Amino acid sequence: MSGFFNSSIGRKYAMALSAFFLIIFLVIHLAVNITSLFSEDLFNQLSHFMGTNPLIQFAMQPVLIFGVVFHFIMGFVLELKNKGSRNVKYAKNNGSANSTWMSRNMIYSGLVILAFIVLHFIDFWIPELNTKYVQGDMSGMLAGEEGFRYFEELQHKFVEPWRVGAYIVAFILLALHLLHGFTSAFQSVGATMGRKKTMKNIGKAYSILIPLGFIVIALFHHFNH
Amino acid sequence: MNLTLKIWRQKGPQEKGKMVDYKVSDISEHMSFLEMMDVLNEQLVNSGEEPVAFDHDCREGICGMCSLHINGEAHGPDRGITTCQLHMRMFKDGETITIEPWRAKAFPVIKDLVVDRTAFERIQQAGGYISVNTSGNTQDANAIPISKHAADEAMDAAACIGCGACVASCKNSSAMLFVGAKVSQFALLPQGQVEAVDRVKNMVAQMDLEGFGNCTNTGACEVECPKEISLENIARMNRELVKASLIKF
Amino acid sequence: MSVLDSKVPKGPIKDKWTTYKDKINLVNPANKRHIDVIVVGTGLAGGSAAASLAELGYNVKAFAYQDSPRRAHSIAAQGGINAAKNYMGDGDSTYRLFYDTVKGGDYRSREANVYRLAEVSANIIDQCVAQGVPFARDYGGLLDNRSFGGVLVSRTFYAKGQTGQQLLLGCYSAMNRQIARGKIEMYNRHEMLDVVKVDGKARGIIARNLITGEIERHSAHAVVIATGGYGNVYFLSTNAMGSNATAAWKIHKKGAFFANPCFTQIHPTCIPRSGDYQSKLTLMSESLRNDGRIWVPKNMDDVKGIQEGTLKPTQLKEEDRDYFLERRYPAFGNLVPRDVASRAAKERCDAGHGVNATGEAVYLDFAAAIERYGTEQAKIHGVSNPTKEKIIELGEAVIEEKYGNLFQMYEKIIDENPYKTPMMIYPATHYTMGGVWVDYNLMTTVPGLYCIGEANFSDHGANRLGASALMQGLADGYFVLPYTIGDYLADDIRTGPISTSTKEFDEVEKEVKDRIDFFMNNKGTKSVDHFHKRLGKVMWDKVGMARNEKGLKEAMAEIKEIREEFWKDVKVPGSHNEMNLELEKAGRVADFLELGELFAKDALVREESCGGHFREESVELEGEQKGEAKRKDKEFAFVSAWEYKGEPADAVLHKEQLEFKDIELKQRSYK
Repeated sequence: MSGFFNSSIGRKYAMALSAFFLIIFLVIHLAVNITSLFSEDLFNQLSHFMGTNPLIQFAMQPVLIFGVVFHFIMGFVLELKNKGSRNVKYAKNNGSANSTWMSRNMIYSGLVILAFIVLHFIDFWIPELNTKYVQGDMSGMLAGEEGFRYFEELQHKFVEPWRVGAYIVAFILLALHLLHGFTSAFQSVGATMGRKKTMKNIGKAYSILIPLGFIVIALFHHFNH
Repeated sequence: MNLTLKIWRQKGPQEKGKMVDYKVSDISEHMSFLEMMDVLNEQLVNSGEEPVAFDHDCREGICGMCSLHINGEAHGPDRGITTCQLHMRMFKDGETITIEPWRAKAFPVIKDLVVDRTAFERIQQAGGYISVNTSGNTQDANAIPISKHAADEAMDAAACIGCGACVASCKNSSAMLFVGAKVSQFALLPQGQVEAVDRVKNMVAQMDLEGFGNCTNTGACEVECPKEISLENIARMNRELVKASLIKF
Repeated sequence: MSVLDSKVPKGPIKDKWTTYKDKINLVNPANKRHIDVIVVGTGLAGGSAAASLAELGYNVKAFAYQDSPRRAHSIAAQGGINAAKNYMGDGDSTYRLFYDTVKGGDYRSREANVYRLAEVSANIIDQCVAQGVPFARDYGGLLDNRSFGGVLVSRTFYAKGQTGQQLLLGCYSAMNRQIARGKIEMYNRHEMLDVVKVDGKARGIIARNLITGEIERHSAHAVVIATGGYGNVYFLSTNAMGSNATAAWKIHKKGAFFANPCFTQIHPTCIPRSGDYQSKLTLMSESLRNDGRIWVPKNMDDVKGIQEGTLKPTQLKEEDRDYFLERRYPAFGNLVPRDVASRAAKERCDAGHGVNATGEAVYLDFAAAIERYGTEQAKIHGVSNPTKEKIIELGEAVIEEKYGNLFQMYEKIIDENPYKTPMMIYPATHYTMGGVWVDYNLMTTVPGLYCIGEANFSDHGANRLGASALMQGLADGYFVLPYTIGDYLADDIRTGPISTSTKEFDEVEKEVKDRIDFFMNNKGTKSVDHFHKRLGKVMWDKVGMARNEKGLKEAMAEIKEIREEFWKDVKVPGSHNEMNLELEKAGRVADFLELGELFAKDALVREESCGGHFREESVELEGEQKGEAKRKDKEFAFVSAWEYKGEPADAVLHKEQLEFKDIELKQRSYK
């Protein structure tokens, strides 16, 4: 199989497999976050579980990080390779006549998402690591008070309008990325044969609903803190 | 009508090329695009200049010889046709038309608008055939019934004319629609099963070796393909390759 | 006794080929490795020959002027390929295919060759299916057939409207297999410019690398020419722009006799010319005549209205239309052979009934077929009391399934929707039955020099039936030449490699180079196309669908004049050591300018009407066949084979008398 992954199609496959993984991850992430809209308790409990369960922390989390990093690095590598396969550019190229903006600009929507992830890590993940593993506070409790800290922290983060704005922009780009990426991944593994239309519609629904969910959450907490 | 043409001129494979402007007048809207190019060339010959070299032969959309990237699109703005079937009624009087050769590292320019597409030949030679001898002493043609559906689908894949528009319009210069079509034709027919594993592996390996880019599923190839070959053929090839890799590491 | 020996084996026609094959000399496999064969042209004939010879073990060098063998003009054949499979159970047989072909060719072909063609035709289908050619199939999964002009059975196999393409890709794939094995050395973008003879035998060629302009020498023990027909002598034809007669003409000048040049097929269903800028004509497959009805308006008032655009063809009532083929030929109707259909259309247009601005077009109407299929479909789908719209909708779907790509092609060119308004068609030069003379072995009058496919003259007589060109190309290449060439090469097993450093190669190479230098240095004023167009006009006007003595004599003189002017005043820009498309054209047109004159001379000598050759002086004057072509079997049942003697006008005629033992000679009647 190593020969397979060295072939162009093999790399496509790898890219698609990491994409599937991320697509599933997004669903789980949204499912947890969406509870914050209606139940503070449930959100806190779920967050605490996710943040302290060793299986998730030490098995799933590294895999997820590997998946993200792999998807990005592979994306860059393929982009560079592909750029190199046309050494003289067209003086005039009318790409919009035959393909969507999203499909031609995955690298740019991807870069915005990457920048967002950095921000997101600074916002949530690094403080989380700091609290749990540097300071050794595994309780998940608010300092000096009763009750979990997760919901409070979440609300606190969405006070500033610039951050909400940045999140919204990132999610729109995520939507665009997914609008091509979702069906593209299925096409890459050869799963669109004979059901291209259905796949397209599912892809559209997914790519709009998931980012929209995140946007709603951000806006909800911005206006309801 | 009167037109301004911006055409890529390049003396030879090693020389540097550039875009050059030409004017043509009294072009009839019923002319084909290549007949318009003929008018330009006749004009150039009469004024002692070298005519623009471009590939063309059958002029009825089947040989796959003609190419040309016209106003930013392979085979120009019309759909489901080759450049030789493109008619001037698609353009407006006074328009400026940009004409370039296919651009891909695997398709080096030979002269002006003529490119070298022998990379496609080598991909076909790597496995685009069924190894049956030509004695005619095979079994009777009706010995293996093939469902009409499979035969029609194989025919649709086999309709590829090997012009290279897929490579030219792909932002990655990928040749997967071309290779996918050939792999699919044989994958859909019982005759093709015997060598299916080696065929897809060898053809993909050769495709990679030639320096074509990777497919990112933009679908530009399918839109620009003069024979409207479906993207499904790429999906099928991807599946065939996984299957083949699982069967034979 | 004639110098021509057709080498037809003795014995009953049914056994000739089998018995012959049994007794033929063979080359053992170990020796084949030491024998080289050059194949020039890689269409159906050349491609299949190259693949088969390589398969047998010979070292093959194949040459194509395009960038790939897959681009040869065989690819443009639309309708199908005939084979006597009798899958339809409609009474077809080898004999019937043989009979139809000889009759369709107006009794000017060699019986033994045609019988062999019919005999191997069934193998072609088996071979192609094994190669993965996706022929059309019916719902039971078996192969489907359709009917073509000039026959009463359905024996035509097809792959949508792209049969030629699929067959060519089949033989291209067979070639690719051999290229990958190193048994075929493929020379793309190379043009053969002359043949080299050593001790009277063909031993090599001189070719030009079309990318670098380099002149190359290639040697072999035998040379096969498969470079197609010379239809482009008319400038406008359905041939590809690059289709040319140079290889065939060059071997003619080196001793190969040229046979029946005047037998040229004018195909009835082509898209009419739209202006002087026209570079080529586009064929609409003959299969359309299965469902289309051909007509012109009866009344001159209607013709006028249509020509001026004030009247639409769909407005004309049934009784105001003249379905002239159905009227004149009730038995075959719209499916008469090509030559008959073309002449009938020309006759109507000459009488002023043409339906486009130039007066050179007739209608091909699908309205009746759409309605017929629509009604049938409504029944199948259980639509009770269907509306007219529904019927038309259902009918159009059937027509689209059958001819969709042709209709689309038509619409792109003419900008009219052929589902709604009848197509306009007019005859155009399509195929040349004439060509290099070959014997039963497909060898020319030069030993070791073979000629196959459209480039030779052998199988179609004075008119070719639809779907038979593909059949002949593949039969020659796959199943005939590979046997017959062995018989010749069996004597060459001890010859060893042929050197290219000999005075014979020096001489021919010098001739080739001198001619190129002439073009590059000639300070002329007119482009190559200028002369080609002038030649084409003379050919079409005077050596076209109807010919007469006066016109042919004028044509010979005029062509000679154009030729002389060409050599004085042609202008070729650029240089010889690079890709130079004008230089390529110049060489080809120079040869057409000679061939055209021989063509006219041949037409002049043949004072009869037969097949595609129609002499106005030779028509039936009375009886049921009044006005139809009159063949003169007593005087002209021969093949005219011309020997080159310098000027085309000085060519010497050799006659190969045709004997018909298995078919009775009679007038073709499609009434």
